[in-house]
Amino acid sequence: MSDNEYTVILVSSTSHAIRLEKVLGSANIACKLVPVPRHLSSDCGVCVRIRRRDRDEALCAIRACQAAFESVCDI
Amino acid sequence: MIYFDNAATSWPKPPVVIEAMSHFLREVGASPGRSGHRQAVAASRIVYNAREALAQLFNAPDPLRIVFTHNVTEALNLCLQGYLRPGDHLIISSLEHNAVMRPVRALEQQGVEVTSVACSPAGVLDPSDIEAAIRRNTAMIALNHASNVTGALLPVAQVGRIARRHGLIFLVDAAQTAGAYPIDVQADGIDLLAFTGHKSLYGPTGTGGLVIGERVDVNRLSPLKRGGTGSRSEREEQPDFLPDRFESGTLNAVGLAGLGASVRWLMEQGIAAIREHEIALTQELIAGLMEMPNVTVYGPLDAQKQTATVSFNVAGLQPSEVGERLDQEYGILCRVGLHCAPAAHKTMGTFPGGAVRFGLGFFNTIEEVQTALAAVNELTGSVK
Repeated sequence: MSDNEYTVILVSSTSHAIRLEKVLGSANIACKLVPVPRHLSSDCGVCVRIRRRDRDEALCAIRACQAAFESVCDI
Repeated sequence: MIYFDNAATSWPKPPVVIEAMSHFLREVGASPGRSGHRQAVAASRIVYNAREALAQLFNAPDPLRIVFTHNVTEALNLCLQGYLRPGDHLIISSLEHNAVMRPVRALEQQGVEVTSVACSPAGVLDPSDIEAAIRRNTAMIALNHASNVTGALLPVAQVGRIARRHGLIFLVDAAQTAGAYPIDVQADGIDLLAFTGHKSLYGPTGTGGLVIGERVDVNRLSPLKRGGTGSRSEREEQPDFLPDRFESGTLNAVGLAGLGASVRWLMEQGIAAIREHEIALTQELIAGLMEMPNVTVYGPLDAQKQTATVSFNVAGLQPSEVGERLDQEYGILCRVGLHCAPAAHKTMGTFPGGAVRFGLGFFNTIEEVQTALAAVNELTGSVK
């Protein structure tokens, strides 16, 4: 997988996104909060974007903290 | 000038609070939870960090179960109006502030049954009286953690255990204690902790909130207001998840920037150190007032059993006259009257005349207490 392939984690609110940002930061996984892509959701908030190659490690860290998220999509 | 009105709102604020609010206004500015641009995300981080600091302070397991309101009154109204239904029974104490009493009296008109458990004139509550008041339809116990008039601390942890034993929701009004006294929502069995940001948490006015425990059925708790949250914008129904369910409308982000800074500052100082200082001030004040023959002091008269708030009266002088003369002749600022707590004054036996209240805070000194004592002593000497 190249560094240009991304996965986004959709969340209920910006507060949930900030929590994931902290969880991923603690696990040394690079992430960025970006506006939700319109083709994935009509929500006007943000989602968490990670590199696709970090996906499994990121989900493992998120689940370990029992941090809530809605869905995961490769983009 | 000596500021003894910290029970109304604390002053001064720690410099970090002013810096955080100034930074927000100068460098951030955007609306948290709305938009995806960098400034909006930065604002959201600041608000989240405030939630996280408060969760740490109160030992609440989940920062997202902290809902921000504009003050403790709003948080208390959310709990009382949002949770109780006609036919439910509510238990309160006789030391409640009008932030509880007024919504409770309105709920009574709608069919909520209410028992007010009497405290002693000194503000002592026997937890077994709470347990004896429980009925088949009791849904909630709501308790003031400390009287805003006498500072009397109520036995929250003991009542919390009673609430757990009977499967009741336990709401605590921490307006006078949050930041000044250790609060552990898990150890104390608190399901709903209503707090204000601008008193002993040393944040700005316009901030407050509610810690919602895991035992509370969020779907039963109706929002006081509904509207935009920045989330689920495609839907016209209110979100059902926290904190958005209860946070419609733009948050007071600049205030929460200040509150986050003040809570982090508090934890650096340590609640134990703050409490120790305030106990020393309160002891000095109570002992000095009690030496004056024409002064009646109310409450537990024991700094260990109260916050740094002390109420008293001077024989032959109206509280309003004492307050005015302390301000005009001595530069001592305090609050006189009924303190929005007629029930507490009835319990103390000072209704409707009221009392003079000195609300001390972390930034007060022993020297200020001694200066104030000398002033009160002079006033008592002026009575013909």
